[in-house]
Amino acid sequence: MLEDYLNIAVKAIFVENMALTFFLGMCSFLAVSKRVSTAIGLGLAVVFVLTVTVPLNHAINDYLLRPGALGWAHASLTGQDLSFLRFLTFIGTIAATVQIVEMALDRFFPTLHAALGVFLPLIAVNCAILGASLLMVERGLTLPEAAVFGFGSGVGWLLAIAALAGIRERLRYHHIPAGLRGLGITFLLTGLMAIGFLAFGGIQL
Amino acid sequence: MASETRRVLMDPLIHNNPIALQVLGICSALAVTTGMQTSVVMSAAVVAVIALSNLSVSLLRNMIPTNIRIIVQLTIIASLVIVTDQILKAYVYEISKQLSVFVGLIITNCIIMGRAEAFAMQNPPLKSLIDGIGNGMGYAAILLVVGAAREVFGAGTFWGIPVLPLASEGGWFTPNGLMSLSPGAFFVIGFLIWILRTFRPEQNEAE
Repeated sequence: MLEDYLNIAVKAIFVENMALTFFLGMCSFLAVSKRVSTAIGLGLAVVFVLTVTVPLNHAINDYLLRPGALGWAHASLTGQDLSFLRFLTFIGTIAATVQIVEMALDRFFPTLHAALGVFLPLIAVNCAILGASLLMVERGLTLPEAAVFGFGSGVGWLLAIAALAGIRERLRYHHIPAGLRGLGITFLLTGLMAIGFLAFGGIQL
Repeated sequence: MASETRRVLMDPLIHNNPIALQVLGICSALAVTTGMQTSVVMSAAVVAVIALSNLSVSLLRNMIPTNIRIIVQLTIIASLVIVTDQILKAYVYEISKQLSVFVGLIITNCIIMGRAEAFAMQNPPLKSLIDGIGNGMGYAAILLVVGAAREVFGAGTFWGIPVLPLASEGGWFTPNGLMSLSPGAFFVIGFLIWILRTFRPEQNEAE
């Protein structure tokens, strides 16, 4: 039982890394990886939001959207299939969660809000968040599995962006061909990191 | 007016390409480019969504209250993506299965939000529509080049038709499996940006 969850977490962090295998959250991955400290700040915000939204979206999908999900409300609704509304509901949930999380942090943990605050609005349109929820539905995970998957995906993303930021900080002191400066070299670096992560392929606990 | 329209349409193709220069909408650009067919379907879907979302946002621009504009734009885009997804499922089911979650992720494609926010909120509908098509084409151009490169070198085929004779079938070409995996996509885009900037040095970033 426990191994199952551990397995999902390890798979989400290393084997199927959000950023390096599924290319999710690439825009902010490339844009906010110039300094390690900001990269870690954004990474933590992503971990936090993923851990909250993936199980939440799982519950919404399970009780409202999937074919026959409305059976608990009234017997005549058993035949309904609202799964075409999935995109709209998920993105709405994510945007609302991010807003609530931001307000709650501001009220109860002002220091944390000061650290993560600027990144939270960005996250609402980060494809890693929506992607994780959609992947969760596609794989048919249960609620606890979804929570572990959300957390693991976030940690994997944090790891990847922190590592990339570390390399880019070092890169500042090197001479790079003019056309590769900035974006080009970052892509090549990310490719090399992705090769590194391929080594985790096939790990099964 | 004609030259203005032309500029709005053609500028995003090379001069101001949304992927190569503005680093927008990368996620889907990398994930769906393992072959030509998925790239073409994805490009068509994105061009349609970005053109229509620019048009709708521009039509509604004077009615959208400023503080809730992001959520209104998201709702418009999400509805368009749902329609696109249903159409793809109805007509090209096999490819829509291969695209899996990435059709849904068009919603969070930053190009679309970016154009709605930066262009359609300030400009009249027709101009916004053209801007949407132009930016969609700029995105499609990169997608098709990367898709072609990855399919030819990764599998020796183009649009599913063998173009390079495979070594396993008596030819000379050994497919480079790395091209079909994620690192291949990063390398192809990296080199593409390098080539583009070699011919347009003004796009180089400062050291």
